[in-house]
Amino acid sequence: MPNLGVIISLSVIFGGLAWLAYRSIKGYEIDRRVIFVFIGIAVSAPLLFPITFEEKATPIVERLFNRIDELPAGSRVLISFDFDPAMAPEVQPMANAISRHCLHKGHKVIFMSLWGTGQSLMTAALANDILPGFPEKKDGRDFVNIGYKAGNEGVLNIIVSDFRKMFPTDVNGVPLDSTEVFDGIESCKDLDLIVALGGGRPGPKEWVLFVGDPGNVPIGVGVAAVVAPQLYPYYPQQIIGILGGIKGAAEYESELIKRHERFADMPTPGLRMMGPQTLAHMVIMFFIIIGNVVFFMTGRKKVI
Amino acid sequence: MKRSSYIVLGVVSAIFVLSWVMKSMSLSEVDDSIMQGFLLTVSAFLTLSIFSFLYKDNPFYKFAEHLFVGVSAAFWMCQGFWSTLVGNLIPRVSESLSGFFMVPYQPGSFNFHYWIPVILGLLLLMRLAPKGGWLSRWPLAFIVGTTAGLNFIKYLRSDFIDQVSSTFVPLLGDETNKWTGVGDFFSNLSLSADSQFVALLANWVIFVGVFSGLVYFFFSKEHKGVFGVGSRVGIWILMITFGASFGYTVMGRISLLVGRLTFLFRDWLGLIS
Repeated sequence: MPNLGVIISLSVIFGGLAWLAYRSIKGYEIDRRVIFVFIGIAVSAPLLFPITFEEKATPIVERLFNRIDELPAGSRVLISFDFDPAMAPEVQPMANAISRHCLHKGHKVIFMSLWGTGQSLMTAALANDILPGFPEKKDGRDFVNIGYKAGNEGVLNIIVSDFRKMFPTDVNGVPLDSTEVFDGIESCKDLDLIVALGGGRPGPKEWVLFVGDPGNVPIGVGVAAVVAPQLYPYYPQQIIGILGGIKGAAEYESELIKRHERFADMPTPGLRMMGPQTLAHMVIMFFIIIGNVVFFMTGRKKVI
Repeated sequence: MKRSSYIVLGVVSAIFVLSWVMKSMSLSEVDDSIMQGFLLTVSAFLTLSIFSFLYKDNPFYKFAEHLFVGVSAAFWMCQGFWSTLVGNLIPRVSESLSGFFMVPYQPGSFNFHYWIPVILGLLLLMRLAPKGGWLSRWPLAFIVGTTAGLNFIKYLRSDFIDQVSSTFVPLLGDETNKWTGVGDFFSNLSLSADSQFVALLANWVIFVGVFSGLVYFFFSKEHKGVFGVGSRVGIWILMITFGASFGYTVMGRISLLVGRLTFLFRDWLGLIS
């Protein structure tokens, strides 16, 4: 049974919208700040009184999930955190979920970043969110954080043929040759999968252009919603799967919980954000409908 | 300043101090609680200052905006120095400088070619000199030339040849859903994501979308008759694409708003866990 907070919030939002619709039809103009207030309430209410929706992975997300799930333990997976704090609310949940999945499946994971701001986010996420759930995993043996390297596409252009030229050591100054993860890895071509997470430049698109296609390396991407449509043309030939925005993250989290008992109680920021998303989208759609109804009812007559 | 401005400033300052004190007290079990309380309060203050623009332009918004621009510029300058010069260059050209900056020297990797970017970088700074400005055109030409050359090959392969190849999709059946006749097709009709009908529909959408999109951008023939119909389908395809992009953009922006509100409700106000 939904709690009282949810009922009151929904009543306020939709009651208010009905009142606005009535006023609009009567010909009164709606101040843009009223729209901001409604969006604010629609996003705040589900955060304060959580509303959760069930998510089911779409084929484009499921394909990447299955690839990670079906790779044999010990496979080499590189995860690149190419984002900044502005993109983090969308991309961090998918980064955490994919990292957990890879570590759980026993893959050897290489963490890196092409963004200066990505390294600190990656290091904080590993220390606070991801690794505490895997106390048995050892740095250098099961995963390695090689950090950030300046050079954008130049870095990709080099590591597609030689990793050590750009990354002689990991983020702690340990030579890559002394890590178990890098045994037998000369370049990106020796990896079993690359997961590029981001949304700017350099980001997932550059990984496809400079590493995936020339090196024939399978690439999966998790991107901020704004750039997701630009990545769709690469699916399924050049990209295994796409996690587009917070919806993609929520679908991935949902699949992780369904298929692996270990993650039943894991934090699911992606799923939690779908409540505010749904409500805010409904409010926006309602405003679009009000605007069109009023436009067609009043023609181009001047509003009061 | 008007009297009302002093009142607003006073109220905001009082709330700031109150928040700082309360956050510091609530974080008393954490080391350096006063500093943590201060940083959380500053973060919340800056977030609210940016939000205040939704009401109207004001000095708090301007302060937060200018602070962001200044800090970003400083951050990227330091980042450029430490990651590009210290991280990439110095370990390859000087053992003593590597020791000074405490980065591991890469013995045997000395190569005269690494001095070329140093020289080009210095030439780039000549733009600031009153008479040597023309020298900055050389490194700029180098940057433009190498970037264009590098990207040309990559884009030609991934964004043109591979994309054209991806457009040649089977219209009657593929490897997983082989075409075995109209009877089988209709008797196995299903709307599930991996069904033959959905796979074929997706392929037809790609084929019609690409073809009509190209027709729309073909301006050597007047858009009339059958050609005009193709062109109109093309514009519809484009509009649907823009609509999908807009939908994704809305989702992205809402996610950012959720991120900031989560910070305010959880980290600052402690209303949610």
